[in-house]
Amino acid sequence: MTLELVLFFILAVIAVTTAVGLLTSRSTIYAALHLVTNFVTVAIFYLLLDAPFIALAQVTVYAGAIMVLFLFVIMLLGIENIAGELEWKGLIWPVVMAVILLAEGIFLVVQRIGKNIYVESAGTELSNASTMAKYLFTDYLLPFEITSILLLVAMVGAIVLSKHEKPAKRGLEKTR
Amino acid sequence: MDWWLILEWLIKSIVLVLVLLTGFAYLTLFERRVLAFMQARIGPNRAGPQGILQPIADAVKLIFKEELTPGQVVKAIFVLAPIVTVVPAVVIAAVIPWGPTVEMFGRTINLSIADIDLGILYIAATASIAVYGIVLAGWSSNNKYAMLGGLRSSAQVISYELTLALCFVLVTLLTGSMRAMDIVEAQRTMWFFFIQPVGGLIFLVATLAEVNRAPFDMPEAEQELTAGYHSEYAGMKFALFFMAEYIKMIAISAIAAMLFFGGYREFPFLQNTWFSVDQNWWLGPLYMFAKVLVLLFFMVWIRATLPRMRYDRLMAFGWKVMLPLSLALVFISALGIMLQMLWIIPILSIAVGLVFVGFINRSLTMKRR
Repeated sequence: MTLELVLFFILAVIAVTTAVGLLTSRSTIYAALHLVTNFVTVAIFYLLLDAPFIALAQVTVYAGAIMVLFLFVIMLLGIENIAGELEWKGLIWPVVMAVILLAEGIFLVVQRIGKNIYVESAGTELSNASTMAKYLFTDYLLPFEITSILLLVAMVGAIVLSKHEKPAKRGLEKTR
Repeated sequence: MDWWLILEWLIKSIVLVLVLLTGFAYLTLFERRVLAFMQARIGPNRAGPQGILQPIADAVKLIFKEELTPGQVVKAIFVLAPIVTVVPAVVIAAVIPWGPTVEMFGRTINLSIADIDLGILYIAATASIAVYGIVLAGWSSNNKYAMLGGLRSSAQVISYELTLALCFVLVTLLTGSMRAMDIVEAQRTMWFFFIQPVGGLIFLVATLAEVNRAPFDMPEAEQELTAGYHSEYAGMKFALFFMAEYIKMIAISAIAAMLFFGGYREFPFLQNTWFSVDQNWWLGPLYMFAKVLVLLFFMVWIRATLPRMRYDRLMAFGWKVMLPLSLALVFISALGIMLQMLWIIPILSIAVGLVFVGFINRSLTMKRR
């Protein structure tokens, strides 16, 4: 347990540092890189919790696909630098929300003082991909399907937004 | 703590890294000689007999070259990018089994570094973060050509990654497990290439795009982009990009051999003979080596044969052909497994593949009329 605890604190420091770096860096590229590091660190947290499937999915989906797309868009549009000063007035509501969230977190920690801090084998069942799939397609089928529809709607929306007015040409050949 | 286990891992890792690095050095020679042979030239044959010392000469040259760092670059990321490119290329090989489980020195030893349950997912995760090095190299060079190379690379890798992931799904469906060892052992009687031939072929095509090899080497198209993302790199930093590309080739060939060509297993018809891996475990790594060599030859052959694709066609091919085709293959495989009629999988998938080939043919010839 002690080794895990040491690892946890090292990772926690990295995660918090990269999160703060994401918020404070003036360059969008650096912000994106901070976020990538943060995602990978969170994936290692999942590994520590005996949930390798979620850890690898986290790396594949967030660090590998979404953030590459982010970097691509940032580089394509050439918006490396964030213009203007931070507007503190606009931040009131987010700050209030963050404070409430933090209070909830602290409350949970205080409530657990003196109890066993380690969650009872959260991972062992979920580490098995087939067990997880079984849960996903039986007990949690409805939320799963609703999430799929949500993603589908977002995808259709993105296509509609990016579609040009002119009728699409058919086939692989575009010019000639 | 089991110290022997740590020692075992250490030895296996060192051996794997050394094999990959030597493989990289001699793959460059192999590629140059094979290309020369195909183009009716001789190729490098001066250093040592048949040019066998050429990689050493190249290495010495690259080490002693001046490390140029242009003034305009973003220094930290410029230095970091080659490292970020090489690391995923090497660590992806950790789950590939190079042979069966062996009894040695009174211990059971797996001939892969990490025999984890989610081997396939590990490969997918590592492959998906491999693009960062190239993107960052392109951006930090502060050079339009390098930037375009990085952009092209990220767009290409995102597009073809989907096909690659669906090919992993195909194999997982056929095996019922994501563990590399299980996948190889499931091909004991029949290689997956014969059950899912179209899947194997589109996997090979997608891997070519994933490692930026010809005919998908748009990120370094020299006529348009000088050298693409590594235009500004020299000396050892350039050598690291070079190394990453060739190590990725080796690793991806080994993965293709593992997924579709029976990994370290012998031909299915040799199963109960002396040539079987069950009888002589040391044949396993040899079979693996032979398969990887054949696949590497295939890659070099393609490079010598096909010209580079045009960029819009490359993207259209990825999204309009490879992705729907691989989705159709997943559907067909699931159908075949559910009906418990494995023989319909190759028939249906070849039919669907031919339909797609027909569509490509039609769209390429349509405009000329």
